[in-house]
Amino acid sequence: MILFVRSVAAEFAKIFTTRLWWILAIVLFCYIGLLAGGLAALFAGLQTGVISPDAVNTGGGAITFGTLPPLIYSFASSVGYVFPVLLGALASTGEFRHQTLTPTFLATPRRGVVLGAKTVTLILIGAGFGLVALAASVGIGGGVLSAFGVDALLQGSETWLLVARTLLAMGLWAAIGVGLGVLVPNQVASIVIVLAFTQFVEPLLRLAASFLEVTATIGNFLPGAASDALVGASIFTVASPAGAAPLDWWQGGLVLLGYALVATVIGYAVSWKKDVT
Amino acid sequence: MPAGAVIEFHNISKRFGGVAAVTDLSFTVEPGRVTGFLGPNGAGKTTSLRILLGLVAASSGTATFGGVRYRDLPHPLATVGAALEAASFHPGRSARDHLAVYTIAAGLSRTRVLEVLTQVGLAAHAAQRVGGYSLGMRQRLGLAYALLGDPGVLVLDEPINGLDPEGIRWIRGFLRDMAAEGRTVLVSSHLLSEVQQSVDDVVIIARGQLVHLGPLSSLDTDAAPQTIVDSPDRDALAAALTAAGITFSIGRTGLLAATPDPGLLGHLAFTAGVELSVLHRQKAGLEDSFLALVGGSQSL
Ligand SMILES: Nc1ncnc2c1ncn2[C@@H]1O[C@H](COP(=O)(O)OP(=O)(O)OP(=O)(O)O)[C@@H](O)[C@H]1O
Ligand SMILES: [Mg+2]
Repeated sequence: MILFVRSVAAEFAKIFTTRLWWILAIVLFCYIGLLAGGLAALFAGLQTGVISPDAVNTGGGAITFGTLPPLIYSFASSVGYVFPVLLGALASTGEFRHQTLTPTFLATPRRGVVLGAKTVTLILIGAGFGLVALAASVGIGGGVLSAFGVDALLQGSETWLLVARTLLAMGLWAAIGVGLGVLVPNQVASIVIVLAFTQFVEPLLRLAASFLEVTATIGNFLPGAASDALVGASIFTVASPAGAAPLDWWQGGLVLLGYALVATVIGYAVSWKKDVT
Repeated sequence: MPAGAVIEFHNISKRFGGVAAVTDLSFTVEPGRVTGFLGPNGAGKTTSLRILLGLVAASSGTATFGGVRYRDLPHPLATVGAALEAASFHPGRSARDHLAVYTIAAGLSRTRVLEVLTQVGLAAHAAQRVGGYSLGMRQRLGLAYALLGDPGVLVLDEPINGLDPEGIRWIRGFLRDMAAEGRTVLVSSHLLSEVQQSVDDVVIIARGQLVHLGPLSSLDTDAAPQTIVDSPDRDALAAALTAAGITFSIGRTGLLAATPDPGLLGHLAFTAGVELSVLHRQKAGLEDSFLALVGGSQSL
């Protein structure tokens, strides 16, 4: 037990003694802040008539305005989730790339303990990224909504439940990143997979899956869909044309956890416990 | 004062796919002595040390410290200090933070960080990012890591690589001091001359197999000793040697006579009235014995 606590402390020190974490955190804050602020202004403008609906092409115009604040706030995870994944993947692939597995395993020869400690650490720091992203989406997005006279719903427990579930989702995403990093220890390959999958492959799959009832059910189990189900709101669920009811929030959480566990356990077998040469 | 433990290799073998990197290697390393672990490039030194440290799994055999495998040591860094050849640092982390991470992991006192950096002469660069370090500075940082837990056993892979003359002199003295304090010191090198001033014992491997084991002096075999002798009147000297039945060949600096005894040649020359300009024994050096053992330059 003491061994595990020490390992977690060492993993925290590893993250906070290099610059990556705050660079990612700043980019995350700015990105989510711009997106949440900008879209809050657009949608609130439309709702309050400040912006004429004719001036923009809203597509289906499917946004029911009562859901506007949670939609804006959920950008923290529905768009920001790639940041904890990247941090997690860089944390585990970095050990291979810089050959720091050698001093790490010399100090803690129990390799499973090290990987478990890394996962726990990244879940906590991922939740920290969740706080940063929420500061942007709720702080800036909510501020803009209020400025347009739309109720930001900050009194409602709904909003605070969304905040809590976002923290959980962001933590789980970081754990998925750690798992991916041990599954694909090559750092460049890992980053390419993260970016290609999150920015391109999965959104397309979710869109394609959403057209049929059957595929929509399967599509609910894609990690991004599971994450949105966990958080409870997302631009993607609003934009999808039809279909199956999304998973319950706890089901979404379990699906995410499942992805993290499967990747980590397989990664442990294929790379983490192998020879360090 | 931490006590040194005996290092034991028991029939260690390791194959990487089709390559037999180490084959049936057995030897022990005693505390209180510096043991040189020698062999040419690719002999299997690094592989053997990584197996000893639990970083590489042996195909068969066991390697232990006082009978305990590395992974079963209750306080690994406080028992064994290891510096391996590969530079294992995150370039964006300072030396101080690099060491701090592992003191946390091993539950050591944080004050050790500055102590070991001072010990290896890096205190002035403690806050510098390791990415900007020179090869020699990285080598010293690796050594600082090995010293973190003030261990009774030191396992160092090519620690002299990349050090300047000052650093080399320092580390030689350092290795001697560590052994004098009763610690076990195992140092690898591909050059005997690099470590011969500091080692007591040698373990020599080639192509993954043990070829020689024993005190340094055991390398001083002197199998076919010769004496170099020369004279301003070389023909007269040659005639005197032939008359005495001593075979010789003509070398660059004189005649190479097949006898270990310079006195005999001096006496011969004196009685034959030949003036000598050169007379000394030609010893096969330790390095020559070493090269003969590992199979010279064809060892790869
Ligand atoms: N990860 C690996 N995969 C395949 N073969 C390997 C691996 N590591 C080492 N080898 C092989 O094992 C043999 C021994 O290598 P090792 O690095 O132990 O030699 P060494 O004595 O340390 O050499 P050097 O003096 O060059 O450091 C070599 O033939 C090498 O090619
Ligand atoms: Mg080597």
